[in-house]
Amino acid sequence: MLTFNTLVVVCFLYVVLLFLVAFGADKRARRSKVRFLSTPMIYTLSLSVYCTAWTFYGAVGYAARSGLEFVTIYLGPTLVMIGWWWFLRKLVRVGRSQRVTSIADLVSSRYGKSNLLGVLVTLIAVVGTTPYIALQLQSVTLSFAVFARDRSAGWAVPDLEQTAIWVAGGLALFTILFGTRNLDVNERHHGVVTAIAVEAVVKLVALLAVGIFVVWGIGGGPQGIAAAMDQVIQDAPEGAWAMQGGRWVGLTFLSAAAFLTLPRMFQVLVVENVNERQLAMASWAFPLYLFLMSLFVIPIAVVGLSLMPAGENPDLFVLTLPLYFEQDGLAMLSFLGGFSSATSMVIVASIALSTMVSNHIIMPIWLSTRLSGAAEYGDARQILLAARRLSIGAILALGYFYYRLSGGGAALAAIGLISFAGVAQVLPAMAGGLFWRGASRSGAVAGLVTGFAIWAYTLFLPSFGEAGVMSASVLANGPWGIEALRPQALFGVDGLDPVVHALFWSLILNCVVFVFISLMSFPSPLERLQAAQFVNVLDHTSSARGRSFNAATSEDLLVMAQQIMGAEQAQAWFQSQAEQQGKQGYLPDTTPDFIARLERELSGLVGTATAHAMIAQILGGATVSVDDLLAVADETQQMLEQTSLMEAKQEELATTARQLSDVNEKLTQLSIQKDAFLSQISHELRTPMTSIRAFSEILRDGGADDPEAAARHASIIHDESVRLTRLLDDLLDLSVLENGQVQLYPKREAVRTVLDRALAATSSVIDQEKVHIHRNRSDEGIALYTDTDRLAQVFINLISNAAKYCDAKGKRLAIRVRERGGELQVDFVDNGSGVPLESQSMIFEKFSRLSDQAAAGGAGLGLAICREIMDKLGGSITYLPGQSGGAFRVTLPVRARLHQTDNPHAQINHL
Amino acid sequence: MRIPGEDFMTKQVLVIEDEPNIAEAISFILSREGWKVSIHSSGTTAVQAVHDVSPDVLILDVMLPGKSGYDILQDLRSSDATRALPVLMLTARGQKTDRELAQRLGVNRFMTKPFSNTEMLSNLRELVGG
Repeated sequence: MLTFNTLVVVCFLYVVLLFLVAFGADKRARRSKVRFLSTPMIYTLSLSVYCTAWTFYGAVGYAARSGLEFVTIYLGPTLVMIGWWWFLRKLVRVGRSQRVTSIADLVSSRYGKSNLLGVLVTLIAVVGTTPYIALQLQSVTLSFAVFARDRSAGWAVPDLEQTAIWVAGGLALFTILFGTRNLDVNERHHGVVTAIAVEAVVKLVALLAVGIFVVWGIGGGPQGIAAAMDQVIQDAPEGAWAMQGGRWVGLTFLSAAAFLTLPRMFQVLVVENVNERQLAMASWAFPLYLFLMSLFVIPIAVVGLSLMPAGENPDLFVLTLPLYFEQDGLAMLSFLGGFSSATSMVIVASIALSTMVSNHIIMPIWLSTRLSGAAEYGDARQILLAARRLSIGAILALGYFYYRLSGGGAALAAIGLISFAGVAQVLPAMAGGLFWRGASRSGAVAGLVTGFAIWAYTLFLPSFGEAGVMSASVLANGPWGIEALRPQALFGVDGLDPVVHALFWSLILNCVVFVFISLMSFPSPLERLQAAQFVNVLDHTSSARGRSFNAATSEDLLVMAQQIMGAEQAQAWFQSQAEQQGKQGYLPDTTPDFIARLERELSGLVGTATAHAMIAQILGGATVSVDDLLAVADETQQMLEQTSLMEAKQEELATTARQLSDVNEKLTQLSIQKDAFLSQISHELRTPMTSIRAFSEILRDGGADDPEAAARHASIIHDESVRLTRLLDDLLDLSVLENGQVQLYPKREAVRTVLDRALAATSSVIDQEKVHIHRNRSDEGIALYTDTDRLAQVFINLISNAAKYCDAKGKRLAIRVRERGGELQVDFVDNGSGVPLESQSMIFEKFSRLSDQAAAGGAGLGLAICREIMDKLGGSITYLPGQSGGAFRVTLPVRARLHQTDNPHAQINHL
Repeated sequence: MRIPGEDFMTKQVLVIEDEPNIAEAISFILSREGWKVSIHSSGTTAVQAVHDVSPDVLILDVMLPGKSGYDILQDLRSSDATRALPVLMLTARGQKTDRELAQRLGVNRFMTKPFSNTEMLSNLRELVGG
């Protein structure tokens, strides 16, 4: 025994189940396990939002009243799906490549990202869909009422109005939770779509179960049904079951048009589409679904009419038949099927509408209030989400109030087709946009306005009945008595079915105005570009959008994108874009390609027109450079270019100034170094000269009496002169090396030979200092191609340094030669105390002689010269710390590249 | 100019110079003229050497290992025992700034290298003889 409470609990549990399904699917999608979710099967099932409560319950009622005509409602979508290759494929491709978020976005995007069109389509969609949502609320409420009436004995009569409020509120909550959980870049709602797919299965199973029960349970099998049908047709009013050709064609066309243009259908067909593979399967699977949905409609209608008490509402046969025969379980299933049909429609429709309302109405208004700041978007994400949620709430509230105001009942029954006809007005602009390059924004606007106005005048307003918006006299005689303007017999076309009549006139005039104005108007460059992208979408998908972006910095764009996409996602996206350009970091170059992709990415979140406006703001109002392509000289453009040119110049000047200041500082530094160097040279030159002058004056004034002293004085003069000469030689050598004017004379020689020569040249100091030289001649066979005389100079310096400065008792110098990775290493290691750690870094500097003993004879330039020589030879000389004594390492690539500008010898030898 | 005066025989000069050849030349010139000459080559211990030797006149090089001639002069001028000691400064860095610095520190004579032997002798005589 079903009670109202049981019903509510079952409903509640069912919604919880949907919650879990949606939640799980969302979770899987976030973990990118979308393979299951993006299956063509799920996609196909989600298309079943086409079958609302109006089709679930209403199809049987339709059949009871008008026979087979209900089939037209399924025939239209079936034709569209079968012909998908021609139309749907293009629509889906455009939607995906342009990141379209809704049908309003599609139309707006196609016609030069016009927000006027976006607003217009949004308004049509809201006006067309609100009654439809009311219809769903009504059907759920009615189905509750059916239970209430049938079991009134055991039931506290529930407040139906309250039921409607609860249903509307619950649906709003569900939609907000899963429709606006996150701002998905693709505007895809895996959770919702999966829940919808589950509901699709429930309603199909419910309808099939009722059908089977009716045919084989109570109808006496197919033969029984056929007999009952004959009876019903006999009893039916004259002509009710007859087929009217005009209506069939009209309604089939209408349902096909609605299938493409209904916001909720666009949402599941295009926006939620993951790949075109889904479409291929849906092209046969969805018609099959529709076929199964319609299979038992006639039997249920027939059995209902013959078995149920007279006056029973045929719209509710699906529910009342099981109840009448006390099949509680089946009735419950049937109820859930109807509930599913209603909820899935409302959820998807309100998601689609809220996207349109927030993207085309709320966001542009919000954006225009902050035109000044280029990158000041604050928390655009939050505002966008709030706008979506608000829109969902508002749309459901609207649906609820429409339901209350219309008073339910008969007025709503016809609403399905009226809605269809309303949204079908978008079809000319949409189809024209996809297939005709000449279609222009002005044409689309004019066509839409015309079609919508005629639809409202001929169908929507009269639908409120004679007591409604239009008075009976206007309906009967036309406004001001003008017969030609009678709403349901426009221009004297009388006798047509009101729906067909309205459809005929509104679409014909819509198309005529659309084509005519399009031909008359000149589309803007952006429109032409978008037209080409839309019409040729199947030929190529590459973007050719151009734009002036000089003033834009990608950092500004990143700041803005972060506020819309979320920081992490924006950064990751920017980084991947930069990587594609071969750049490191987060800031790609603002190439036209990049801008276009960013715009598409943002379009997925805020719609085409808004994304375009946002980027345009950042780009400093730069216009589209298609103008250039079209060779249209645009003054604004030129001024912008000049501004950015001047900015670039300014930037250039600043850079130059910076460089100058850098150079200046370097020069000052160099000047200080030069002064110190000159002061050093002065000191080094004056010291030997002082001795020479002092002793030569002594000699001049008679000299020492002691001949031995006199001889010693003379030898000091000699030694100091030699020291002076060597100093000058060293200075000249260093100067030549440092200026890079040195000539190198490379030749092929073994390291052994070079070392032999160096040791021969230093034999006197070696003998004098009694130094033991340790060599391993067998290691020294490595052949070199370099200026071996210069290399020998380095060796000589190191050997004599070791001989002079080694402070050990028995001086020893080990010379080790080895080859490591194509490099020659020659180490000179003595057994002295080595160079103190704090001095190691400066021993290669000029005049950095550590010993103060002039007797050592050097001017402190030796190692500086060595360093310069090794540099020129392409090698290096370093102090080797951590050895037992003073240690130097000379490194030289075996196949050295010599650092010199001009050396004919080297080249000749090399050849 | 050789003046065989008895007074000079007793005069003591201290030479602080690290270049051995220059020190030898100064030593020879002054000894021949009857001065008593001491040579010290380290800057670090120079002030101590002045106190040990307590010369009548000091010849001071500037670029010395360990401690510069300027620092030594400053130390000498701040000590009572050596405040009045006549100092002749010798330097290979004969720039104007060097001379000014030496004069601020209280040098008595300032000569650049290379120097004239006779000029040095006359400077020394002026410093000790008055």
